[in-house]
Amino acid sequence: MDIEIDESVDITNVVCPVTFVKAKVALEELEEGQVLSIRMNDGEPVQNVPRSIKDEGHKILRLLDNKDGTYSLIVRKAGE
Amino acid sequence: MPDYKALKNGGFMRQVQKNRFSLRLKVVGGNLSASQLETIAAISKKYGDGRVHLTSRQGVEIPFISLEDVENVKAELELGGVSTGVCGPRVRTVTACQGSDICPSGCIDTYSLALEISDRYFGRVLPHKFKFGVTGCMNNCLKAEENDLGIKGGFTIEYIKSLCTLCGVCVKACREGAISIGSDSLSLDKEKCNSCGRCVKSCPFEAWKGEAAYILSFGGTFGNMIAKGLDALPPAKDKETLFRAADAALVFFDKYASPGERFRVAIDRAGWDSFKKYMQEAMASQDLAD
Repeated sequence: MDIEIDESVDITNVVCPVTFVKAKVALEELEEGQVLSIRMNDGEPVQNVPRSIKDEGHKILRLLDNKDGTYSLIVRKAGE
Repeated sequence: MPDYKALKNGGFMRQVQKNRFSLRLKVVGGNLSASQLETIAAISKKYGDGRVHLTSRQGVEIPFISLEDVENVKAELELGGVSTGVCGPRVRTVTACQGSDICPSGCIDTYSLALEISDRYFGRVLPHKFKFGVTGCMNNCLKAEENDLGIKGGFTIEYIKSLCTLCGVCVKACREGAISIGSDSLSLDKEKCNSCGRCVKSCPFEAWKGEAAYILSFGGTFGNMIAKGLDALPPAKDKETLFRAADAALVFFDKYASPGERFRVAIDRAGWDSFKKYMQEAMASQDLAD
C-alpha cells in the first residue's frame, strides 16, 4: 500500500465507547491531511468504529486485515 | 351511575378508588413539548394527586382525577395544547423511536410517519384494540413486532461499483455476512441481506446507495397472548405502498375478526396464506387504480 502513515494508535485494549474516544483523541492530535492508522479488534469495534470516524467527517482510506484478529483502519484527518 | 364505558373510550380509566379516574392523554411517537409537559404537571397538581404515570407504550396518564372534574380537566388540557387519549376497541397510541431525524442509526423519519399514521387511523373503531409501532432501524428499540402492525425502517441497497475502492469497511460493518470482497468488486448475497443499511451508513465512498424502505410485521401482541408479529409481505418501498398495506390490514381486521378478537387471532383463523393473498391483491388492485 502506497499511503504514508503519520501516526498510529492501538485501541485493542479498550472497549466501546472508549474505542472511539481514543481514536478521536489521536485524530485531534494530527494536522489536517495527516494519516492515522487505528488498530482495532474484530467484532464490535470493526463493525462500528469506521462508521463513527466517517460520521466525524474524516476520510477513511482502507481497512486492513492484520490476520491476527485485528484490523487497521487508515484514516486521513479532515479539517475543522 | 356514570357511563364508565364512554369515559373509558375517551381515555378516563376507572381506578380502584371510588370515583377516581386515571386520565390517558394522547401522545404520538413518544414526543411531547415542554409546554405540554407543564400543562400536564399543572393539571396533575390541581386535579390529581401530583403524580403522572408513564405507560409502557409512551403514553401519559394523570391518575386521581375526580368524576366531577372530568369536563374542566378536558377543557384545561385543551387550552394547554394537550388532547385526551383513547381506550377500548380502536386504534391506539402510535409509538415511535426517535428515528432518522435524531438518531444516527435511523433509516426512516419515524416521528413524521407516526404523526401521519395517527392522523389517519387514531381512534378508529375496530373489533378490538389495534397498535401501530414505528422503529427506525434493525436495532428495533421500539420493538416493532410487539404491535398489531409494526413498521421497521431499512434500506433497499444498490452497489455502485465505480465508486468502490474495495476498502473493506462494509464487509465488516455487515452483521449478516452478506458482503464478500472479490478481486475487483464486492458481491452481495441477497438471501443474507436483511436491509439494515449498515453498509450504506458505513461506506466512506458512497458506493452503497440506499433507499428507505418500510419492513412490515403483522399480528404482534404482547399482553394476555404473546405472539411476535410476522413479516408477511416484501418491504414497502414508499409511503403510498405502506399506507395501502395499512389500509388493507385494517379492512381485513374489520371484516374477518369477531368482536373482541385480536388481529393475530383473526389472521391465524383465516390462515396466513389467505391473509397474504388478501394483502397482495388489495395492494395490487390499488396499484392498477393509480
